[in-house]
Amino acid sequence: MHVPDGFLDAPTSLATGVVAAAGVAVALRGARRELDDRTAPMAGLVATFVFAAQMINFPVGPTSGHLLGGALAAVLAGPWSAVLCLSVVLLVQALLMADGGVTALGTNVTLIALVTVTVGWATFVVLRRVLPSRPASVPVAAAVAAFISVPSSALVFAALFAVGGLAPVDLSVVITAMVGWHTLIGLGEAAITGLVVASVMSTRPDLVYGARPLIALRTLEIRAAGMTR
Amino acid sequence: MSRRSFFAAAVLLILFLAGVASYYASDRPDGLQHVATETGFGDTAEDSATADSPLADYRTRGVDDARLSGAVAGVAGVGLVALLGGALFWTLGRRPAAGTAADVQPDQPDRAA
Repeated sequence: MHVPDGFLDAPTSLATGVVAAAGVAVALRGARRELDDRTAPMAGLVATFVFAAQMINFPVGPTSGHLLGGALAAVLAGPWSAVLCLSVVLLVQALLMADGGVTALGTNVTLIALVTVTVGWATFVVLRRVLPSRPASVPVAAAVAAFISVPSSALVFAALFAVGGLAPVDLSVVITAMVGWHTLIGLGEAAITGLVVASVMSTRPDLVYGARPLIALRTLEIRAAGMTR
Repeated sequence: MSRRSFFAAAVLLILFLAGVASYYASDRPDGLQHVATETGFGDTAEDSATADSPLADYRTRGVDDARLSGAVAGVAGVGLVALLGGALFWTLGRRPAAGTAADVQPDQPDRAA
């Protein structure tokens, strides 16, 4: 999904750069509410995991996909911190790994940080309300949120391409292909996200930001277990 | 599982993914590249301004062995993200009231450490 330089024209890249900068600025303020000296290490860990996981492309027919991680990071570290996690990953990838263009950095932050986190977190919160109020619902909600976040991001790319694409290609063809392939890639996103969230829920549910409302009733038990660290 | 063990296990998993498993990643074009080629907008892509970075494309310049070259680049990237992310989140997570009465919570005696 990393957009290279040259797919979108300069005005569109500039506009996504402004959107990305504004999003990161708001996230810097919001993340202060999510982070303390207990949760900050988890946010750093999540950023590092997302970077490593994004190196692992899995085959999907003639193409391949990798974890984007917006929904995963939002559920584990909180949505504002998740935007920062993904932005740090994208910055390192663009500047050191030549993965995603430099002038396209704003586009990639918009698509891979802002869109996936927003869609992923919103979907997760709705599902958390709808599903039974128990910890086992958390990985399910996270997986569905992850699944939806990927074609959503692909759809926003198609919209950006409609505005500022540099090649004359029929838009409906781009939308169909982008959303179609990324729906399949989203299944991988869902599987990885569900597995990782389930693993953390089974070992340290207190470290899962999105599980806090559900385990609030069990706080005393969990704090007691946490004392043995 | 203690907090320390959890973080240790997670770091080992991350290093394994970046340093070992990444070698086995699919080298098929990713979803966007594939769509770009199929629908005809792939040709406008330009090389990144950082294409001559010593770690470009997750390979380490000067290291010929493909497995080692990817492992070094992956682990270096992990280290850099950990450093940047760690510094950022540590800074944001600090409480201005550190050291005052509000920061001392009886149920978390190790909080100040």
